Amino acid sequence: MVFLSNLVNGISLGSIYAIIALGYTMVYGIAKMLNFAHGDIIMVGAYIIFCAAQYWNMPLPVSLLIAMVVCTALGITIEKLAYKPLRQATSLAVLITAIGMSYLLQNTALLIWGANPKVFPDMIDTGSLSLFGGQLLIKGETLITIAVNILIMIGLTLFTSRTRMGKAMRCVSEDRGAAELMGINVNSTISITFAIGSALAAIAGLLLCSSYPMLMPTTGSMPGIKAFTAAVFGGIGSIPGAMLGGVLLGVIEILGKAYISTELGDAIVFAVLIIVLLVRPTGLLGKAVREKV
Amino acid sequence: MKTKRARFITSLITYAVLIILFIVLTVMINNKSISRTLKGQLIPICSWIVMAVSLNLVVGISGELSLGHAGFMSLGAFSGIVTSGWLLNGFAMEDPTLRLLLAIVAGGLVAGIFGALIGIPVLRLRGDYLAIVTLAFGEIIRNVMNCVYASVDGTSLHFGFLNGALPGTLLLNGPMGAVKVKTISTFTAGFLLVMFALIVVLNLVHSRSGRAIMAARDNRIAAEAMGINITKYKMMAFVTAAVLAGMAGALYGLSMATLVPTKFSFNESINVLVFVVLGGIGNIPGSIVSAAALTILPEKLRFLQNYRMLAYAVLLILVMLLSNNALVKSLIRRINPFGRKNRGEEELRA
Amino acid sequence: MSETKRRQMTPMVPYPSGAIVPERDLGSMPVLECSHLGIDFGGLKAVDDFNVIMGRTEIAGLIGPNGAGKTTVFNLLTRVYQPTRGTMMLEGRDMGSMTTVEANKAGIARTFQNIRLFDNMTVEENVRIGLHNQIRYGMFSGILRLPQYWKAEKKQHEEALELLNIFDMASMADTRAGSLPYGAQRRLEIVRALATHPKLLLLDEPAAGMNPHETEELMENIIRIRDQFQIAILLIEHDMNLVMGICEDICVLNFGRIIAKGTPDEIQRNPAVIEAYLGKQKEAQA
Repeated sequence: MVFLSNLVNGISLGSIYAIIALGYTMVYGIAKMLNFAHGDIIMVGAYIIFCAAQYWNMPLPVSLLIAMVVCTALGITIEKLAYKPLRQATSLAVLITAIGMSYLLQNTALLIWGANPKVFPDMIDTGSLSLFGGQLLIKGETLITIAVNILIMIGLTLFTSRTRMGKAMRCVSEDRGAAELMGINVNSTISITFAIGSALAAIAGLLLCSSYPMLMPTTGSMPGIKAFTAAVFGGIGSIPGAMLGGVLLGVIEILGKAYISTELGDAIVFAVLIIVLLVRPTGLLGKAVREKV
Repeated sequence: MKTKRARFITSLITYAVLIILFIVLTVMINNKSISRTLKGQLIPICSWIVMAVSLNLVVGISGELSLGHAGFMSLGAFSGIVTSGWLLNGFAMEDPTLRLLLAIVAGGLVAGIFGALIGIPVLRLRGDYLAIVTLAFGEIIRNVMNCVYASVDGTSLHFGFLNGALPGTLLLNGPMGAVKVKTISTFTAGFLLVMFALIVVLNLVHSRSGRAIMAARDNRIAAEAMGINITKYKMMAFVTAAVLAGMAGALYGLSMATLVPTKFSFNESINVLVFVVLGGIGNIPGSIVSAAALTILPEKLRFLQNYRMLAYAVLLILVMLLSNNALVKSLIRRINPFGRKNRGEEELRA
Repeated sequence: MSETKRRQMTPMVPYPSGAIVPERDLGSMPVLECSHLGIDFGGLKAVDDFNVIMGRTEIAGLIGPNGAGKTTVFNLLTRVYQPTRGTMMLEGRDMGSMTTVEANKAGIARTFQNIRLFDNMTVEENVRIGLHNQIRYGMFSGILRLPQYWKAEKKQHEEALELLNIFDMASMADTRAGSLPYGAQRRLEIVRALATHPKLLLLDEPAAGMNPHETEELMENIIRIRDQFQIAILLIEHDMNLVMGICEDICVLNFGRIIAKGTPDEIQRNPAVIEAYLGKQKEAQA
């Protein structure tokens, strides 16, 4: 029973990683860059929801909507101001800029909201599911997290395969130059990608803080890095890969903490990343690219 | 690219300025005409300079972004502390100079061994993946150091993992880190370590191996076609940097009475990266200046403390945006006295 | 091509296997022997059944329409790609398990179609990279500035200038390679490749972007390099004046397969070659 309960918690945590990982994987697939600041957009989203609910007494859907709008605007702005001028620059320069952006968001949040953790209100109030005569208790947040993850995955898969914009995104990710020649507006496609990723980050922020209700300026960074691990695990650029990688990583983390050592939980997650990159650098569902000589 | 002569002069000026600064500061310390805060910062400044110079070897010269450099500093600091405590308690070695020397060597050695072990898998990767894996290793080191216990009993060392029940005097206490460390680091030792790091890095860069490292950075495929073993030279830069970081860690660790493993977090790795980026990627003297300045400034400008990291973040972004801006690039080339010859030829080509 | 140059070439004679090599190379082991070499990219046979034998001082040409697989052959020979099928030998040594680095150390050097110089290094430093494995000293000699360092650095400097002098480039030794004019960059790539002391030099479109005068000079220099260093040269080139002028043996590639081999005269008369090149032209006119 304890194992089952851990497993469910793992899948729930993994679902949050999966939603964050989507932001990484889409941006990496299309802009070929690691958006280090993505984790911090989650944090911003969570703070916005917190403020909207706590100070302005907005209902949850409205708070979430506000957060999604703010995060989307933030994502697009960051891309336009910081990343777009570096399209031709080395990956080193882009990554350093992204790290700078991550620090900028964290420290701005520190100035606005302070370093003390805020206790995130329990907004998803659905009670819990009791199974096996009360032996296995599954919280409502857990179920909703998993359900939302599945919905987002289906929605995104449909979006990329059915809509014009989604197809344009796949083209740009395949070959930016050719897509441009075919009349696809690469810049706006990249902007849309950042927008979708950032809006998802707001949802992830809500789910993350509902399960782990301590909100700090650094709340987003560790889940962000782990979600990138999940994206790499599943195969960068692949939407089902992000889902698979996220859920597996969440399960590995929770089971590792439960059965190996609580202190070494993070070390285990990072060890997974290292092993994956060495054994199968393209991830579970990714494909290799050959460098032209 | 600077000519040989210009390069020689730059190195010479760097050495000379450092020696003069050291003499002036030593005289000031003897006269007691130096503020207490600055005096207390001299050894950390030396450590951070060595960190920045060594990271620049990886980021600037070898062209790989390492986000776990603080991990090597951590390994060096704790192995230096253990070595010093072992020598003092186990062998009654009272001479602090010799103990410091051996501790620094041990710190460099341990960090170097781990650098090699980590480098083997890491350097098979490229670009963003390599960066993220160094980050992962840095976090793993911090995580694992939190669980390491060490004690000295008689002349023998005991280690424990997740288990602090060790005989004798405890040197490392898991998450509590090292306590009651005998601080034996001196400013002279720090200065000598900076000079050592500088000589190693500059001489390495301007040698056959250094050229191979830069060739691998600039054009991997061409370098391989010229018979250069990329992995070997990336490894050389990575391990050398790890050794220097370990030495800096030992110096730093033995200047603090207490030291916790969480000190060497990802934030510290980023701090060192900020030194490197602001000093100029690949510019070794620049790293020295920025490491020293950015360690002193926040102390001097206490009221800016809260804005320090914010300012670092903005600076990182601005430096990257400006250094990749075509307009700024051409401006720099125009100002740069060594660039003149090349400009003429570019016009000829156009 | 002047008649004097022509006369330097010895007649081509058939080798036991049917390939032709210059008469002067008959006594020595062929520098390169490829048999049934091939590579697939996915389902596509990018190169298939590639058989070539090159004499020790032969200048050979690899020609063919765009996309025929010429550069892929170079990438196979330098082990950038691992072949799917077939074997290759360098002076009788099997290259089966070699990496790019080992292939270079064994004696194959190349230039690149899209120039790959170390742009931010000086011209001399580029050549010194080529000399990396020829004039050596260890990492610690370099850091400690031991006598080996000074001796080897001096030797590298002297040999680099000597090599640059082949193309009269010694005066540019301190110039940034990236700021050289296009033609000079191509010449520097050849010098850099020569610095690795190859037995076989692969030139990928050495005359691309050069004016007729520069091309004429390049042709003389290629022959001079062969004579001076006694090495074999295999070149990919679209400039038929150059190919027909200096190559002793030509191999024509189309769709990854060899469609003709022979002396320049034979190739010019070969109907399959004419069709591969001119057949297209007819379609275009129609």
